Amino acid sequence: MPIYYLRLAALSYKRNPVLSTLMVLAVSIGIGAYMVIFTLNYVMGGDPIPHKSEQLYHVQLDISEAGQDRQAPVQLTYLDATALMESAPAQRQTTTSKFGAILEPGNPELRPFSILGRGASADFFPMFDVPFIYGGPWSGDADDNLEQVVVLSRELNEELFGGQDSVGEQIRLHGTNFTVMGVIDDWNPVPKFYDVNNGPFDSGEELYIPWPLLVSMELSRSGNTNCFQAVEGSGLQAFLNSECVWIQYWAELPTAADRATYQSFIESYAAEQNALGRFQNDLSRNRLYDVEEWLIEEEVLPDETRILSALAAMLLAVCLLNTIGLLLSKFLGKAPEIGVRQALGAHKGSLFVQHVIEAGFIGLLGGLLGLAVASFGLEGIKILLGDDVMMTNWIQLNVPVVIVTIALAIVSTVIAGLYPIWRACNINPAIHLKTQ
Amino acid sequence: MDIGPIFRAMTRNKLGVILIALQIAFTMTVIINAIFIINERSRLMARPSGVDEANLFHLVSVGFGEGFNEEIAARDDMEMLRRLPGVANASVVNAVPVSGSGSGTGVRLTDDESSPSNFTAIYRVDEQAIDTMDLDIIAGEGFTIGDVRNRQRNSEAVSDITVLTETLARDLFPDEAVNDVVGNTVWVPGGIPLQVVGIVRQLQAPWQNNTIERSMLVPENVIDGSSMYLVRSEPGQRDRVMAEVEEALVAANGSRIIRDMRSLEETREGTYRIDSAMSTVLWVVIITLVFITSMGIVGLAVFGINRRRKQIGTRRALGATRPQILGYFMVENLLITGVGVTLGAVLTIAFSILLTTNFNMPAMGWHYTPLGMLALLAIGQLAVWGPSRGAARIEPAIATRSV
Repeated sequence: MPIYYLRLAALSYKRNPVLSTLMVLAVSIGIGAYMVIFTLNYVMGGDPIPHKSEQLYHVQLDISEAGQDRQAPVQLTYLDATALMESAPAQRQTTTSKFGAILEPGNPELRPFSILGRGASADFFPMFDVPFIYGGPWSGDADDNLEQVVVLSRELNEELFGGQDSVGEQIRLHGTNFTVMGVIDDWNPVPKFYDVNNGPFDSGEELYIPWPLLVSMELSRSGNTNCFQAVEGSGLQAFLNSECVWIQYWAELPTAADRATYQSFIESYAAEQNALGRFQNDLSRNRLYDVEEWLIEEEVLPDETRILSALAAMLLAVCLLNTIGLLLSKFLGKAPEIGVRQALGAHKGSLFVQHVIEAGFIGLLGGLLGLAVASFGLEGIKILLGDDVMMTNWIQLNVPVVIVTIALAIVSTVIAGLYPIWRACNINPAIHLKTQ
Repeated sequence: MDIGPIFRAMTRNKLGVILIALQIAFTMTVIINAIFIINERSRLMARPSGVDEANLFHLVSVGFGEGFNEEIAARDDMEMLRRLPGVANASVVNAVPVSGSGSGTGVRLTDDESSPSNFTAIYRVDEQAIDTMDLDIIAGEGFTIGDVRNRQRNSEAVSDITVLTETLARDLFPDEAVNDVVGNTVWVPGGIPLQVVGIVRQLQAPWQNNTIERSMLVPENVIDGSSMYLVRSEPGQRDRVMAEVEEALVAANGSRIIRDMRSLEETREGTYRIDSAMSTVLWVVIITLVFITSMGIVGLAVFGINRRRKQIGTRRALGATRPQILGYFMVENLLITGVGVTLGAVLTIAFSILLTTNFNMPAMGWHYTPLGMLALLAIGQLAVWGPSRGAARIEPAIATRSV
């Protein structure tokens, strides 16, 4: 029976092609536009590391002045980061900051160029499941001993070593030789949760070195630095001792018990510092955020996509209201045919199924065309955003969005069709048979 | 025209009326708020930065290798650049307006650090920078070469004088005339006093927030491994000069690289890229909606007219003129759209309140809603014009025919 109804739906489409095509267009534009915005929201507001996001915690310590009720600093001072690194009870934890430096390739044909790098602890790579092509991360000892080791991105390895296994090779960074320990594959979590206040939709850095080298080599920090009190004195040591925050800090705490232990460690650390005259604000502001909590706290999802999703929902509503009107015209135009079917013994139930299938068929076509509209729209947005202000390669249709698009198109068209279907099923056959 | 029969006929087709009215209401809500957002963004984007944007460009020079001395390199570069034909002036700066990245500090009228401070952008620049940026000095004076201090990385301010923007001067000294602000002392963190020597009319902070008009300049040369140069070309020669400057800098010193060379116009375009993308997306939404809603009006009007062909013919046979038939459908649409825009006005205002409370948007001007209602009424009339003309052309003879 359903096959027969599908054939009827196709026949009905052909009988009234203009009206049917208008409906398909209305559904596809509404659904397509909605899906463009849905994709942006889905990825930008999504979980960048789904299998672990509840085990990874951003550490927030509040050094702001007493009574300050604005958001606590999002980064840590050198004093606090090194103190936590020393003694905080986590399975894995990492300090991380961005820096800029000059790289002098060994190959004399290449001119020196500037790169963006990331200082990270050895734990950074296993914590965030960074995929390696060659080699692997450096050891924890390398952090402690300030070893000059480096992990390259796939792209930089391509540029410097033609994509060969470069483990053990040397590169010259900021006037110092570094040994390549590994090469990672393309790794661009969206949003870039581990450094959201320095471009949450930027791509990953070109290379990674042990974080303590940022300080010992006096590399130039490239992320945000925010001083809560004036630096006392001058020089590097004064800066390190200051109330300036510039370090992202993450801990991996697999169980609730781990989290509780870590939380109480932070609390006692905060109380200790409070006794020393620091951390004068509300001590409950010293806390952990898991990945999702952190992305919400930092309002990573831009206002633009949130506003657009409300507008796109209204656009979809207009398209569906349009579809209701068109379906109504179409089904009532079929009254004589419905009369014949009823006279030949079709009862309301089967008329209902027939018209649900007909509406669903329109919805399916609308959904398929909507996919084209959506991918066209996403390409357009990619062009509008360009590739220099933020990473845009994630702006594309993905499997969940394709499924949602088709399902939403069918379901919403059928829902829009309910009233027209009900009207069609309640046509009085006698009137229409008489006029024929 | 008698509205009574039109109204009574409409009550017999409530669903058609509701469908169109709801479409109109949603369309109006989206269009009016979208236009408001677009206007708001354009207003933000149109704020002048105070500098000569058309002729400015900037770049970063980063040294590497043992022999590189940043201070000497910057001094030599400036000497060379200022002599280059087509270059009006050049300066070493720590930040560029509109770029999104720079330094900020709290500034106070006392050295008591617990007292409230005014947040401001701080530009650390050489003595030529006020001319390079082409700022208007409205009181006092700028810097001289003897004022410039070298500031090592990670150290406190070392300068003792400053130039403020007019907005910052007014925010700090609300009771004094701008001229009288010159000579006063302001304090920056670390207990450092700076004497105000001049006021400039405008210089935007590098960031786009509500303190964008607050900036101060101090004559300091930051030694931190990389130097940012700001260059102003003679009018109209920027693109040529940019290419020549890059060549000249590369040739002058091989142990550094030049990066991030951009005209200020490119920088502005990048900074406001998301805003302009948002505006374009909203325009596409507006055009799509107007199109779909018009099609909806046309579709339902044609449907309604076709159902009533015989009645229309009968009216014509009984003496109704073509303009009367045309008028009937135009007025019918006016009534339906009227219901739609009334509902639309409520939704529009509700949505704009939502935007104001949740997204830091300013309140929408009162004139948007009535103008939007008029625009939607006009769109409705335009859309229904074609079908109504078709209805008016129905022959009276149709009344005598059976179907």
